[in-house]
Amino acid sequence: MSQDVLRVDGLHVQVGELELLTDVDLTVQRGERVGLIGESGSGKSLTALSIMGLLPEALEPRGSITVTGEGGRHTQVVGAAERDLAAMRGRDVTMVFQEPMTALNPTMRVGDQVAEVMRIHRTVPDRRAAAARAVELLDKVGLPDPAEAARAYPHQLSGGQRQRVVVAIALANDPALLICDEPTTALDVTVQALVLDLVVRGVEARDAGMLFITHDLAVVASVCERVLVMYGGRVVEAGAVHDVFTRPRHRYTRGLIGASDLDLTREDGRLYTIQGSVPSAGRFPAGCVFRNRCTHATTLCEGLPPWDGAGPEDGFACHHPVVVKP
Amino acid sequence: MTLPSGFSRLATGLLPAGGQRSRRAVGATIAIGGTIVGLIALVGLLSLVWTPYDPGAIDPTSRLQTSSAAHWLGTDKFGRDVLSLIMAGSRTTLVVGIVAVGVAAVVGVPLGIMSAMTTRWWGEAVMRANDLLLAFPALLLAIMLTAVHGQGVVTAMVAIGIASIPSFARVVRSGAIGVMKTEYVLAARAAGRRPLAIAFRHVLPNVMSLVIVQASVSFAIAVLAEAALSYLGLGAPPGTPSWGRMLQEGQELLFVAPRLEVYPGIAIALAVLGLNLLGDGLRDRFDPRLRDRR
Amino acid sequence: MTASSDRPAIRLQGVTREFRRQRTSLVTPAPVVHALRGVTLDIARGERFGIVGESGCGKSTLLRIIAGLDQPTAGVVEVEGTDISRLPERRLGFLREQLQLVFQDPMGSLDPRMKVRDIIAEPLVAQGKRDTLPRVLELLEAVGLQAEAADRYPHQFSGGQRQRISIARALAPDPHILVADEPVSALDVSVRAQVLNLIAALVDRLSLTLVFVSHDLSVVRHVCDRVAVMSHGEVVEVGPTDQIYDDPQHPYTRQLVAAAPRLRAALAGRTAADLAADTLAAKETS
Repeated sequence: MSQDVLRVDGLHVQVGELELLTDVDLTVQRGERVGLIGESGSGKSLTALSIMGLLPEALEPRGSITVTGEGGRHTQVVGAAERDLAAMRGRDVTMVFQEPMTALNPTMRVGDQVAEVMRIHRTVPDRRAAAARAVELLDKVGLPDPAEAARAYPHQLSGGQRQRVVVAIALANDPALLICDEPTTALDVTVQALVLDLVVRGVEARDAGMLFITHDLAVVASVCERVLVMYGGRVVEAGAVHDVFTRPRHRYTRGLIGASDLDLTREDGRLYTIQGSVPSAGRFPAGCVFRNRCTHATTLCEGLPPWDGAGPEDGFACHHPVVVKP
Repeated sequence: MTLPSGFSRLATGLLPAGGQRSRRAVGATIAIGGTIVGLIALVGLLSLVWTPYDPGAIDPTSRLQTSSAAHWLGTDKFGRDVLSLIMAGSRTTLVVGIVAVGVAAVVGVPLGIMSAMTTRWWGEAVMRANDLLLAFPALLLAIMLTAVHGQGVVTAMVAIGIASIPSFARVVRSGAIGVMKTEYVLAARAAGRRPLAIAFRHVLPNVMSLVIVQASVSFAIAVLAEAALSYLGLGAPPGTPSWGRMLQEGQELLFVAPRLEVYPGIAIALAVLGLNLLGDGLRDRFDPRLRDRR
Repeated sequence: MTASSDRPAIRLQGVTREFRRQRTSLVTPAPVVHALRGVTLDIARGERFGIVGESGCGKSTLLRIIAGLDQPTAGVVEVEGTDISRLPERRLGFLREQLQLVFQDPMGSLDPRMKVRDIIAEPLVAQGKRDTLPRVLELLEAVGLQAEAADRYPHQFSGGQRQRISIARALAPDPHILVADEPVSALDVSVRAQVLNLIAALVDRLSLTLVFVSHDLSVVRHVCDRVAVMSHGEVVEVGPTDQIYDDPQHPYTRQLVAAAPRLRAALAGRTAADLAADTLAAKETS
């Protein structure tokens, strides 16, 4: 309990009548790397935004989100005042987004941007210390000639370099929790490998928790220890990465793994697919969110499947889970 | 889902959240602006069939009266009913606005599109000519045309219209450049479409929202321009009712009967306000929505 | 075998494309970008040919040149035996009947103001055909969409469905060659599988030549028989897909193969640190 940096309990987000996130539970402990996978409309990015308190005004969150920073400083994000959230963001919990170009201010030198986040949260005594530490951080994230790089503007750097800067900003104040939302999707695959390694090492060095959001199963398997699978605004399965990916229990997880494995084909050479397509927000079926696409659905699935597991870290919600014969 | 760019700055705690414009505010702007403009249009139409008095009817016996039951807004120095004059004047305002904007759009929009679609030298040349026109004061143009063709509403409309061409051309050109860069235009070329067809089927519909916004802005400018021209004696001739002319005629009596300046002044201000609100509201409605839509 | 059946569907010889960027100084001339440096390739009829490379390698530029949407600065581009490299756009009508493209961005490649039926019929309208609706309905069925879709607008569909519309449009003029520029890169994983299956089925049924460009090696491996690896405007390696992946020769290909995370390897214990180390090791040998 005392090791939790993030605890989400019963998070609901709706906009008007529409339910976007339903009953989301998740925890991240110090030093843990947790993956959150799902496709468009699964609610994974919304979950990240909720944790950061960055939901647009029209969206109303309910439930509990507790972020625990350095020295046991707790912030209850749901219903918190903007001032408290601003103090939390960039300090206790930071985020790395997908698009490095829009994450950086194009009119500010890169070193200044790193220094700024430290000055705002007063984690350094003065401007000079901030500038010096910024160069140090740019060095740690692997930018060649960091003193020169600090004086560069974002457009003068490559996509991979910009993302490194974003990582530097995210890790500058030694946050307790780092949230990454598709941080390498926009990068070339060779750059991706290096940036992923960088992020993992950065988090390990600070014994920070990490929530890694992506649609790419191979990336999650390379980076995370635990994983949660989201569909239709709900968590449908959770567990250790190895277990979930080799012995999935929820039918959606199984379908997802099958569809993403391009080496696995049917007799006719075609890929395994999940039939149908993801319904738009608010059009998910009542009961089991997946039942209109599931080949094993029965009338039982019209009722919400209960969570079958010890806690939010390990379990699944399916009436007809995949049974692996012993 | 890709997040709007402001989120990353929010995430570092640098910007407070909640700076997004609400849909309701935009809707209200359009509604208010639209109502004002609509009312003026209605009054203008009404004045075609009915006004309390004949706006041109001179009545020496009831000159410079203040508001009364007979004359709601009083009378001017010729004994004409001010309310009738204002109602009739709205017609001039509207007609000048519509024709001027029409002229500007009919010339400016094709110019803008053509200039955006060509890579040859004359694309730039057209824009430089456009800049020249933009720099030329509309008033001077009106004076020149009046000197040649004589005073009249039509001259004023044409002059203001010509002076408004550059804004349309510029706005449409930048929008068209954006459209030309899209993949669907590339797909149209790949499908074998000729440039003219692409201009009509793809570019024009996709810059329409820009044209509409520019039209409301230009309309407001045209209203002010017409008032200015009439005030200077260059626009509507003495017989035609016009708010600008009312301003000019009431000028000498400013301290005796200030209401003769105030009423047409308010009418002009209201029209411009309504059009500006409408333009702003439409611009907001077309822009962020297009980005927010998934 | 007669000459025409031996003739490659697409032949590229020494294709070069240079761009001039904006001048940044008054004195020095504008910098030149070498998007393509002498690309030479043959793509046989009925082949499923992949082009793989990272951003900036020139693959998209190459596609546009093959499709006649851009002209090479030097070199020869032959499609079905005809040299299109110097033809002005208005003479490329015949090309549009034989070769069609599917684009990457499912939203951007469909005009948001046009109905789906008009979008799909566009290649036919461009050729002067009139009564296009029957063909449109036929195509909608072929790509697995319902007939009602014809009267809707792109924003009413999901990414995967929009790509199907894109494919339907590409197939409208009954081309022999289908060129796809990252057609599944913007799609969710489960949708990707559906669209890839669709493309494979259509290519088989209509005996099309397929040119498939992607940055994703696993996708290309699944779809294509032969693949060309591009880097900085050049083709660094070409060969049968399995051979390229299992036994890459060129250092850049080795880097690509090393850097791509694979699920099975990851589950077997290959971490991000391993990915990075292998990528760097492959870089070192180049």
